[in-house]
Amino acid sequence: MNKKPVWYIALFIIVVLIQVLFMNNMQFSKFVNPYFYVLFILLMPVSTPRYAMLLLGFVLGLCIDVFSNTPGIHTSATVFMAFLRPVVVNPSTIDDADVILPVSIVHFGFWWFVKYAGILILLHHLFLFFIEMFTFDHFFTTLSRSFLSAIFTFVFVVISQFLMFRK
Amino acid sequence: MFFLFLVLETISLTLIVRYNNFQRVNVLNSSNVLAGSIYNRYNSVIEYFSLKKINEKLAAENANLRNELLGILHTDLEESAQKMINNELFTSISAKVINNSVNKQYNYLTLNKGSKHGIHPDMGVICSQGVVGVVINVSANYSTVLSVLNGRWSLNARLNGSNHFGPLKWEGQNPYIAILEEIPYHVNIFENEEVVTSGYSNIFPENIMIGRVVRTEHEQGAAFQNIWVQLSTDFQQLSYVEVIEKKSKAEQFELENTISNE
Repeated sequence: MNKKPVWYIALFIIVVLIQVLFMNNMQFSKFVNPYFYVLFILLMPVSTPRYAMLLLGFVLGLCIDVFSNTPGIHTSATVFMAFLRPVVVNPSTIDDADVILPVSIVHFGFWWFVKYAGILILLHHLFLFFIEMFTFDHFFTTLSRSFLSAIFTFVFVVISQFLMFRK
Repeated sequence: MFFLFLVLETISLTLIVRYNNFQRVNVLNSSNVLAGSIYNRYNSVIEYFSLKKINEKLAAENANLRNELLGILHTDLEESAQKMINNELFTSISAKVINNSVNKQYNYLTLNKGSKHGIHPDMGVICSQGVVGVVINVSANYSTVLSVLNGRWSLNARLNGSNHFGPLKWEGQNPYIAILEEIPYHVNIFENEEVVTSGYSNIFPENIMIGRVVRTEHEQGAAFQNIWVQLSTDFQQLSYVEVIEKKSKAEQFELENTISNE
């Protein structure tokens, strides 16, 4: 069903809080830190104008940066992800009735969502971890950190789908 | 659209690259009012779950202090007077850690005290186990601390046995290990040897515990050896810390400035 702007504002605040209060403190191992907040970018309706996506990505990343003292790192990665989203999902391939809905497993199907979220989360995490290191030294360590964290983020995103959208 | 993307990316990359210039911009870090108060509220809730551990730590520290006190009482008066004078040079303010991380490349802490309580940038932060970090940002009620576990900082450290000193830098991944560099390779180093603050900077007093030597490495042909140090502070369990400041800091700074200006 269609959601009001206030729903998206609430979603924004909730994902930021979940990220900075819980996810940032989650230490499965020194390698893994899930970045659950990308959920906000993933859920925005496909019809959202591209400039709005970029600006939202910028603001979201900046919020996370302020809380975790990493100026610019999350901002650049989230803008990058917001920029790539229309490349990953072509709006013209989506049903007209669905483009204004928040993206969800329920409406778009499980495997479609897995592919969509998987690709975007991985791209975001790769960008984020390499920007954080700011070097290609320790290439494989950084690569495995990105993959591992991406897996955890992905699991959380899928779980949240089942909690948020019930049939 | 691509243009907007480039503009936003440029802004954020500028933020990363020119980090040091933005470091003093108070709004962009976790000591600002919003982030600080959210962390503070959250912490006051979850603190209950770690009360037992905090209690045990305080009891242990208490016992340590009592031992030290007995030691002081039994040494001769002159020496203990000297000790007290040395301690007098530093004032300390107790603060609570309300946010903390150990698994990033650049780790920071947020404390629940700020300029209102007398905290300002460049003050040292220690806890009962050892060195914690240095204050970089303050707002009225909160402050941000650069942790030892941060690649952007190195700390002047001294080997307790041989008195050689050099910069100590975090290893980058393991929150328990740091590397002490620039120790000449002819110096004999023992395993478990204590590594303490040198006292050459204005941030920390002398002889604050940093950690113990675990192993050394000497590259072929290098004049220096690298020493792996097991940090004594458990950064994953930080709860209460002391923010310290040298009282005569301004005086010393002025004196040193007159020399460099000549």
